[in-house]
Amino acid sequence: MKKFQLDLIVADNRMAGPSATLLTLQYPGELPDMVAGQFAELQVPSAKVLLRRPISIHSIDRKNNLIEFLIQIVGEGTQSLADIKAGEKVNVLLPLGNGFSYRSTHVAKPLLIGGGVGVAPLLFLGQEFAEHGIRPTFLFGGRTEALILRKEEFQKYGDLFMTTEDGSAGEKGFVTNHSLLLDSEHFDRIYACGPTPMLKAVAHWAKEHEIACEVSLEHRMACGIGACLCCVEDTADQGNVCVCKEGPVFEIERLKWFN
Amino acid sequence: MVQLSTKIGSLELKNPVMTASGTFGYGTEYADFMDISRLGAIIVKGTTLAPRQGNPYPRMAETPSGMLNAVGLQNKGVDYFVDHIYPEVQKIGTAIIVNVSGSCIDDYVQTASIINTLDGIPAIELNISCPNVKQGGMAFGVNPESAAQVVSAVRKAYDKTLIVKLSPNVTDITEIARAVEGAGADSVSLINTMLGMAIDAEKRRPILSTVTGGMSGPAVKPVALRMVWQTAKAVKIPVIGLGGICSATDAIEFLLAGASAIQIGTANFIDPSISEKVVDGIADYLERHGFNSVQDIIGALQV
Repeated sequence: MKKFQLDLIVADNRMAGPSATLLTLQYPGELPDMVAGQFAELQVPSAKVLLRRPISIHSIDRKNNLIEFLIQIVGEGTQSLADIKAGEKVNVLLPLGNGFSYRSTHVAKPLLIGGGVGVAPLLFLGQEFAEHGIRPTFLFGGRTEALILRKEEFQKYGDLFMTTEDGSAGEKGFVTNHSLLLDSEHFDRIYACGPTPMLKAVAHWAKEHEIACEVSLEHRMACGIGACLCCVEDTADQGNVCVCKEGPVFEIERLKWFN
Repeated sequence: MVQLSTKIGSLELKNPVMTASGTFGYGTEYADFMDISRLGAIIVKGTTLAPRQGNPYPRMAETPSGMLNAVGLQNKGVDYFVDHIYPEVQKIGTAIIVNVSGSCIDDYVQTASIINTLDGIPAIELNISCPNVKQGGMAFGVNPESAAQVVSAVRKAYDKTLIVKLSPNVTDITEIARAVEGAGADSVSLINTMLGMAIDAEKRRPILSTVTGGMSGPAVKPVALRMVWQTAKAVKIPVIGLGGICSATDAIEFLLAGASAIQIGTANFIDPSISEKVVDGIADYLERHGFNSVQDIIGALQV
């Protein structure tokens, strides 16, 4: 997929949780084709921050050429992105990496599992399923209710189930303990994004129940295009590969998570 | 029209802008963002005799105005390069230089002799300065005797342009530069990364899996400039300058300090089309100051 370096204009930027911002960018032309699960490298408007920040695509509005990023504020770079005002420009590389496989695999009953800000790419994915007449199931986990982001938005496209560690919303515990998973035949493929311990738990559950599963990984990156070889993940078939180029989405069979 | 061409040994480059090894992949990774054929040269990823998996993740940490990396020369080996990469990069339309690394002298010699057979590769850059491998790498480059030893061995096996990439992690870089010049190097490139370290205080652990790594980016530029200036005065062979170059102005500073060509590294990660902008920016500078050729500003620093 051809990659682009574009100057996008901030259409809106607002808090979307206790420490997350929802950044909406607009392109004056037609946005290039993108797959849910792909990401962008956003230039940070701060002299203190050198490298771009890799951020997954949260949603696309193809009619108005809008692209949304749901960004967890964790340091100076993401704080600067949260501080950008409407009308300002952001230089963006996109679309990067390989997204979820929904364009090439047939799925009838998708389960989308997200943890924390890992829910971000699952809205785009849910929108893509909804466009093809498939109603996805979302299962999200967080420490508390406030940390499960953009609930109303997800509910537009599918059924939302939750777990929280303090029991403030949904079932108490972790996503892999949710009663939804008692009947594994409800689903024919799992798409997951979130903290690595959660992804590993989901991958083990999926493997045990023989459900196809793909996960989106988040690694420290520099270039985002497979040149610097910083963001590697060890794979069963090819050893160390760049998460930015070969991923960020991987079929769990490729990962060395099961020994 | 100003003349941008420059010479490194017998190698003629259409302009002095190269991309640094390990920051530009095999060039094709950047083809969506710029016209990579406009570069003076592309120095491809460090290549070793046998495939290398590199170091475990995490391999990168951002630091003020810079970054640390600990990739550890991950590459698929020279045979893979010859069979799969060489046919592709040959088509790019600019000089392709292979960065060669090894764990022992024989590794360097064998890899260089294999690359010597490739008509489309006019030069190698011998990496005796990688800080991220346990054996070889920087160990050769921090001592004038061992640096000269590996360079003379490779010189016997390699008859095209031989560039030697120097480590800044030494007391006197000019001493190493003179040693490799004496051993038959056609050019020296400097600086490779500076040994550095980053710590996650919350976790009380190092950020890199290797604890220490190579520092690059704008933070190292003043050190690189100083070393290029000293080295250009100390040797007769052309010097290639690199270290934190992020703009045409940065590049011109290195040319003024005595570099015959420059390399862009970490800046490729910040702006994937920066190297093309630097080519244009150097031409603009020459026109603005009434110079006909880039040769007019090489070493033209008035002290």
